[in-house]
Amino acid sequence: MHAMADTTTAKPPLPDGLVAIVKEDCPTCVLVAPVLADLADRASLTAITQDNASFPQPAEWVVHDHDLALSWHHDIETVPTLLRVVDGEPTERLEGWKRDDWEAFTGVDALGTELPDWRPGCGSLSVDPNRADELAVRFSGSAMSSRRIEIAALEDEWEAMYDRDWSDGLPVVPPTEARVLRMLEGTTRDPDEVVAVVPPDLVDVTVEKIAINAVMAGCKPEYLPVVIAAVEAICTDDFNMHGVLATTMDVGPVIIVNGPIRHEIGMNSGGNVLGQGNRANSTIGRAVQLVVRNIGGGKPGGVDRSAHGSPHKIGLAFAEDEEGSPWSSLAESRGFSSDQSTVTVWCGGGPQVFVDQISRTPESLTKHFAAYLKTNLTPRMVMMETVLVLGPEHMSRYRDAGWDRARFLSELESHLQLDTDDLVRGADGIDEGLPEAWAGNQVGKFWPGGIHVVHAGGATGLFSMAFGGWVPPPKGSVCTTKEIIR
Amino acid sequence: MSTVLDPTSESRPEQRELVARPESLDGLTIGLLDISKPRGDVFLDRLEEKLTGLGASVNRYMKPTFAKPAPVDMRHEIATSCDAVIEALAD
Repeated sequence: MHAMADTTTAKPPLPDGLVAIVKEDCPTCVLVAPVLADLADRASLTAITQDNASFPQPAEWVVHDHDLALSWHHDIETVPTLLRVVDGEPTERLEGWKRDDWEAFTGVDALGTELPDWRPGCGSLSVDPNRADELAVRFSGSAMSSRRIEIAALEDEWEAMYDRDWSDGLPVVPPTEARVLRMLEGTTRDPDEVVAVVPPDLVDVTVEKIAINAVMAGCKPEYLPVVIAAVEAICTDDFNMHGVLATTMDVGPVIIVNGPIRHEIGMNSGGNVLGQGNRANSTIGRAVQLVVRNIGGGKPGGVDRSAHGSPHKIGLAFAEDEEGSPWSSLAESRGFSSDQSTVTVWCGGGPQVFVDQISRTPESLTKHFAAYLKTNLTPRMVMMETVLVLGPEHMSRYRDAGWDRARFLSELESHLQLDTDDLVRGADGIDEGLPEAWAGNQVGKFWPGGIHVVHAGGATGLFSMAFGGWVPPPKGSVCTTKEIIR
Repeated sequence: MSTVLDPTSESRPEQRELVARPESLDGLTIGLLDISKPRGDVFLDRLEEKLTGLGASVNRYMKPTFAKPAPVDMRHEIATSCDAVIEALAD
């Protein structure tokens, strides 16, 4: 019996030739023990045992995988697994016991003739749910470079997150090495890849640091690519996250997801789309905000100077209902294809509902939308931007009439050309307004391209939603779309 | 005991010292930075009168937009040519 090399993150080589991975706590392994001895004799097989070092028997051809390094590094999921090994690496593998297959694989006939023809294997100890996380940390944890912080035994680890000022006010999941490693499985990108420079402290953020904050926010690993893309998008000069944070207005990133990944990760684009209850929607935006807080150093009372804030600053992400819409999606309208997964970030304040339960024609509904949107932020502000979340029942008016996105926007914008005489300072006895020099003209409530339409919401309810904007481009924030890299 | 990974930038700077307060403004150059908010100029015009009355000379600056940090070049110019700066956040 040999002892294997000490714990290492380097992949240990397997012995060349025929190898069987087994454990005593597996009836099939016990059943084939005589076959293993036979193969050791006739075909120089090496048995690698996971639990009892003397199973199948104390012998030179039995190796104890005492720390499960061989099993873990070589992705053993089932015992027995029969391997053909060349230069330390498996080139073929066979799982469970099936006499015909074992004979063909080994080239040795009359194997275990007294045994049943076939028996399934058992789970490898290296994938045992009680051990898998610990093994992952032991064998690949050193790939992570973040500082390790020890939480004392008498500390409540959830309270410890608050004590270190890492929370947005809600509980955060303690980012243990095992949890972060699991999170990193959600992306193919290297943990040390620098994704962006995060305002306001202008700090390089790596995939690993984003993964840590995604764990804390409650994300599942498959959400990570969306979080990474959103962080990239908000950290562009165009989006201007520093300004978005520093403003005294109520704004924050509004994150809209398009493409196949919406369904793959179970995002909500239907009922209660902007509300609570869907894990992906609730945690993706939160993870992005935690990155700004913990990596960028942007905190309320610090660079975040918002006078009132907004509930959506805890983090807001939602998906577009593309399948239920007769129109091109938001991402398609911004130059992406329907098979690309994208994240669009836009700087906005809290959403407000638009109610129209009577209009049955697109003309009436569009005029009413315009009347409502004129008051966005204040009737006195012009050349703004908004995200309009068009509800399915409102969309059905446009579907029935055959209007497309372009027709809707051109009709809507035509109703949103405003007389500046009504909006200048002092008009109607209101001091706030446009400078006097603007009088005698017309101006758009929104600048051309400033209305971003997304189709989402529950199937029932004659409502839509519109977000209040912020300082429009080029001085403020530019709506930004990034493709999601898995 | 459990171990967690640090979610921060791990680069929290040392506390920065405030520079010494000037004893008097006489002969100093004071930068007045208008962040481009409405009526910031009203406030800064009045400050300029007061400051020049106290014997200071005044340099005026204006950010291109209040929504973004001041450009690096402007910050450098203020730092190298002024003894102190007053920033007007007005509305």
